[in-house]
Amino acid sequence: MESIPILKMGKSLLVSIQVDMHDRLAMRLQDDLTARIAQTRARGVLIDISALEVVDSFIGRMLANIAAMARILDARTVVVGMRPAVAITLVELGLSLPGVRTALNVEKGMELIADMQAGGENGRHQT
Amino acid sequence: MAVIRHDVRMLRTSEDVVGARQTVREWAIAAGFSLVEQTKMVTAASELARNTVHYGGGGTMRLEALNDGPKRGLRLIFEDQGPGIADIERALQDGFTTGSGLGLGLGGARRLVNDFDIHSRPGEGTKVSITRWK
Repeated sequence: MESIPILKMGKSLLVSIQVDMHDRLAMRLQDDLTARIAQTRARGVLIDISALEVVDSFIGRMLANIAAMARILDARTVVVGMRPAVAITLVELGLSLPGVRTALNVEKGMELIADMQAGGENGRHQT
Repeated sequence: MAVIRHDVRMLRTSEDVVGARQTVREWAIAAGFSLVEQTKMVTAASELARNTVHYGGGGTMRLEALNDGPKRGLRLIFEDQGPGIADIERALQDGFTTGSGLGLGLGGARRLVNDFDIHSRPGEGTKVSITRWK
């Protein structure tokens, strides 16, 4: 069965979504990531969506769910690489991605996770 | 206004929703849409295609490339023979859902296009038509 690979880097998990996901694949990623966070005791989750040409309400909900579940498991989630056209569309769609921190790219995202783990000012959970 | 090209795609599975996104992207590019216009149309199509599969029990997407004088556009018509929608006004409100979604599908899709038209009656299925002009 197809799945999205999850990489472990130090205390963080790294996911790069490279395919246009159908709904079951998105649900599977949500389940796999939650299990991996618990298993590895990861403190950070970085999701790279730079290859995604579309984020609709289903994928948006998946990202928000992952952030909420990770939070309960004491890990912080950062979504990186959102395309400008996708951001414009998400706002018009009415999706605000509550609880999801974002960063421009993987490097900035890793910095943000490090900051959050250090309990810095940037680490406060955004509601 | 003239339909210069049309085609119909089946929508039965969540893989078909992915296929619909790709087809709509190709047609939006052919209509000369900008990247943001393409993304809005593809996102609206994704919401409606998912509704057709999940709530309508499957159906079809008809694509129409439009010409209106110098204007070019793309119309998508989603049709199913599912249970239909009893209260359309309520279904269009943000946050309304009978499933596991966010309830942004119909209302969100409407905000992403220029024209939005819905016909549905309980027991007779649902037909949603969206049009975006270049």
